[in-house]
Amino acid sequence: MYDTMKILFGLFLFVAFFTAPLWFNSFGTPDYKPEIVYPENYDECIASKEYMNHYHMNILDDWRDQVVRADIRFFVKDGSPYLINGEKAQMSLSHTCMKCHDNKSEFCDRCHDYLAVKPYCWDCHVAPEEVKK
Amino acid sequence: MNRRNFIKIVSFGGAVTVATKLSIDAFSGTNANQHSGKRWAMVIDTRKCIAQGGECRKCIEACNDSHNIPKFENPKDEIHWIWKDKFKNAFITSENHYLPQKLNEQKVLLLCNHCDNPPCTNVCPTKATWKRDDGIVMMDWHRCIGCRYCIAACPYGSRSFNWRDPRQNIGNLRDDYPARTKGVVEKCTFCDELIARGGMPACVSACEEGALRFGDLNNPDSDVRKILLDNFSIRRKPELGTSPEVYYIV
Repeated sequence: MYDTMKILFGLFLFVAFFTAPLWFNSFGTPDYKPEIVYPENYDECIASKEYMNHYHMNILDDWRDQVVRADIRFFVKDGSPYLINGEKAQMSLSHTCMKCHDNKSEFCDRCHDYLAVKPYCWDCHVAPEEVKK
Repeated sequence: MNRRNFIKIVSFGGAVTVATKLSIDAFSGTNANQHSGKRWAMVIDTRKCIAQGGECRKCIEACNDSHNIPKFENPKDEIHWIWKDKFKNAFITSENHYLPQKLNEQKVLLLCNHCDNPPCTNVCPTKATWKRDDGIVMMDWHRCIGCRYCIAACPYGSRSFNWRDPRQNIGNLRDDYPARTKGVVEKCTFCDELIARGGMPACVSACEEGALRFGDLNNPDSDVRKILLDNFSIRRKPELGTSPEVYYIV
């Protein structure tokens, strides 16, 4: 093979250049992290922050099926109905989640935009800020 | 293999199959049956509507407002859950001749009949619409693919299709009920979200004259049962065998 060293060097540059963001992020601290605005007046969620970070989409998917298809409306945690301000919490994006996290653009969107995920929840469901007050 | 062993093996296999089926049945579907025993139905007293002069639209407006229903000028794009049409159109298969002209021209309220034998659910390829065990013909808009078979199957015109994006045409957008997207079929669900919390459908609550009554047909003491006992009632196109569960007193 002719010019082995040149080709290998070129290949190395190519691979290094295209995987650079990966290396930067795995060995250093990422430059950018989406800033999420958490609700101020509430200090508990239906599950821990870490759990919600990873699994909120599964919870919403499960809630959707239970409410629409089985007509089971209220959230049960550890065998008893989960209460928010003394009332039984509904398994509902609009009635439960968005009551505290009432700012979709600063809570949902910041992460989703950063990760380039486009959940279609909002094609139908209405965010609190869309409502004309 | 001899005959004796063959029969042993086959009968053992059969026994295992039956036992598996029985145990699957025993452990599945534990929470799907929570409203069994109920049969929701509606009675519409058209005499009380007529007494209002036929121009009353409180129930329709309450429904449109609480379900984010868009308003389109073109009747081909119209979305309706509860609406009005002339008696002679609504009860088109009624075989009584020489009905009073006034009755024929009178507008009556129409909505999904929540049939006992709904033809729409049988044709849905994705189970986006199905009959609940309390009789409500339910819609799951997450699953609707917009094939419109159900619209073709429904003999009452109770279903509307979103030909256009409804979001811009919703007068008073509210966030406690979802809107729909283009390409989805929608219809009345007897306000499943309200009756799940012990309430009444929005149209029934909105009617100050009590022309709309809603209740459990399986309960002999319910409002609807008492009204049906005391009055002669008719249903739309009962001869089709769909067994509609919206009753009209004329």
